[in-house]
Amino acid sequence: MSAATAHLAARSALKLLIVDDSNIVCRRIERSQEFDELRVVGTAGNGLEALEMFARTDPDVVTMDLTMPKMDGVECIGRMVAMKPAVRILVISALADKATAVEAMERGANGFLNKPFTDRQLNEAIAELLR
Amino acid sequence: MLQERELKTFVEGTTNFFEVAAQQPASVGSPYLLEGSLPLHEYSGLIEVSGKRQGVVCFTAPKAMLAVLLMKMQETDFSHETMRDLVGEVANTISGNARRDFGGDFVISPPNVLSGEQPSIAPRPGSRSFIIPINWRSHSAKLVVSLS
Repeated sequence: MSAATAHLAARSALKLLIVDDSNIVCRRIERSQEFDELRVVGTAGNGLEALEMFARTDPDVVTMDLTMPKMDGVECIGRMVAMKPAVRILVISALADKATAVEAMERGANGFLNKPFTDRQLNEAIAELLR
Repeated sequence: MLQERELKTFVEGTTNFFEVAAQQPASVGSPYLLEGSLPLHEYSGLIEVSGKRQGVVCFTAPKAMLAVLLMKMQETDFSHETMRDLVGEVANTISGNARRDFGGDFVISPPNVLSGEQPSIAPRPGSRSFIIPINWRSHSAKLVVSLS
């Protein structure tokens, strides 16, 4: 791909913000997602940091952990959707009860993936989100 | 008090974690009641539980096991901070998965990680503490579940 083409591709890519208090999980998501149209614009380790990065980077897609210090993911989802209703949010959480998934969706999340997850499950969830 | 049948949730959660995240299952031994203090391995992730049940879930593992686990997870960073990250994430995942059976009133905290500061933990008054032995690729770790 030429430099000009690469530049154009980067500009048209969807911006992805990864939110998780585990750097291992953040790196895993960044490394394992297989979508050329997704470009990681940042990672955040808690809800407060995520909101700051959200305002700064204006992402199109967010992956969101729920159990985090300072501000949890459910509150963060609500604030992000209020700021940008068109944002697509995939919750990636260890919390495996249905009520949590329902609450996250009611706050504005578009998908829910339980930890632990395989690469295939991650990419299927992202594909569903991007549809 | 934690019932022995409830331990199944944590046994299954532990098995599932290694099978999915490490792509290699662990063998989980028979849980046994903790009497006295439990010596901790080099790294321990603790999750405080509140709500309908009170207590703590602790995953404690040696550095060597965590290093191999990181490699299996395609990680190339084996620093002290990454070890702390991993042990906390394991504890968080097993505890969070337990909500499938315990429900949303099983409230878990973000992980608190110990690495060498505290050689052992003592049983909590008013609760029964069970130890679930974990064996993975010739390494041994423990999951400690202490719930009222």
